[in-house]
Amino acid sequence: MSPRTALLLVVIGVFSTRSLLQAGPQTPSRVEGLAAWNRVYSVVSSPRCINCHTATQYPQQGDDRHRHLFNVVRGPSNAGVVGLNCGTCHQSSNADSTGVPGAMHWQLAPLSMKWQDAADRVLPSPQVCRIIVSEAKRHHLDLVQHHAEEALVRWAFQPGLRNDGTPRNTPPLTHEQFVDATRMWVAAGSPCPER
Amino acid sequence: MPRECGSRPAAHVLNARKAGFVETYQLTINGEKKQVTADPSTPLLWVLRDDLKMTGTKYGCGVAACGACTVHVAGVATRSCVLPIALLGDRPVLTIESMSSDPIGRVVQNAWVSEDVVQCGYCQSGQIMTAVALLKTTRTPTDTNIEESMGGNLCRCGTYVRIREAIKVASRQLAGGGR
Repeated sequence: MSPRTALLLVVIGVFSTRSLLQAGPQTPSRVEGLAAWNRVYSVVSSPRCINCHTATQYPQQGDDRHRHLFNVVRGPSNAGVVGLNCGTCHQSSNADSTGVPGAMHWQLAPLSMKWQDAADRVLPSPQVCRIIVSEAKRHHLDLVQHHAEEALVRWAFQPGLRNDGTPRNTPPLTHEQFVDATRMWVAAGSPCPER
Repeated sequence: MPRECGSRPAAHVLNARKAGFVETYQLTINGEKKQVTADPSTPLLWVLRDDLKMTGTKYGCGVAACGACTVHVAGVATRSCVLPIALLGDRPVLTIESMSSDPIGRVVQNAWVSEDVVQCGYCQSGQIMTAVALLKTTRTPTDTNIEESMGGNLCRCGTYVRIREAIKVASRQLAGGGR
């Protein structure tokens, strides 16, 4: 190698290193963002989440997403009606000895955050994605923080015991994986699948 | 040992009971301070009935499906059969025993008598507790209000028509009118 070539390689090396340092962590690509969204969707479309994101006047229960027993209805504030509201049974934490799940602010998501259609079918991924993006924008919501800290979101990953003492099923990701996927998706600009 | 709420207590609950794990709780029941020592998993229903001998609150299904065990916890109609005493905290509890001295509870009980609501009567303390909760916030409930609010309180005798009428009678009386 000639001295001239060696000098050229050193210069290229220095500039490459500088440009990498200046760029910092790379912004995820749209493809990476969409892959992250798919992981997010696998959680939000699971029964622990979607049972309270109905398009109807009632919540759902169980992995088969049946209509909530006991004639429970949505009510004017998405928390049931007086005399039969969510707090009639659900407390601020799981009641494992009696099998009733619980967390702070236990209630249905508002209809603007419905992730199902009126026939209780889960909406397709692009539609749920667009709803989440538009509602987060409308409410100036930090989705990463919301998914990391909101009590009802956290409950989905620690849903307690059924009344027969067996554990409720959890979403397909851990809470940490879910937050990481959300972070990646948001960093990529919250892209939504075309279809 | 408290009686079971529901038919199948979880294994960890049985283990805790075998280990004799109990706590002491300070409760406010119908305005009075009470102290009980109980397994933390014990439902409020059995603390009321077995420890405090307040048997007006009834055991029906044990899984919150029938409403017979309804009490008010911090003003919220609550199924006492699924509320472990450890989760009650410092929230005050009102039971059917206090309704005769409650301004709305008294009117509702009178309406229950005047409309001859009760048949066997087993579910009626829960029915009255829910009706009082409804009328405390909704003085002139519609049929839909009554159906939705009372929809979780079951009556095997089928007194629903008279329950609805009694709530309307109580509503009119609370509004200053007659029957």
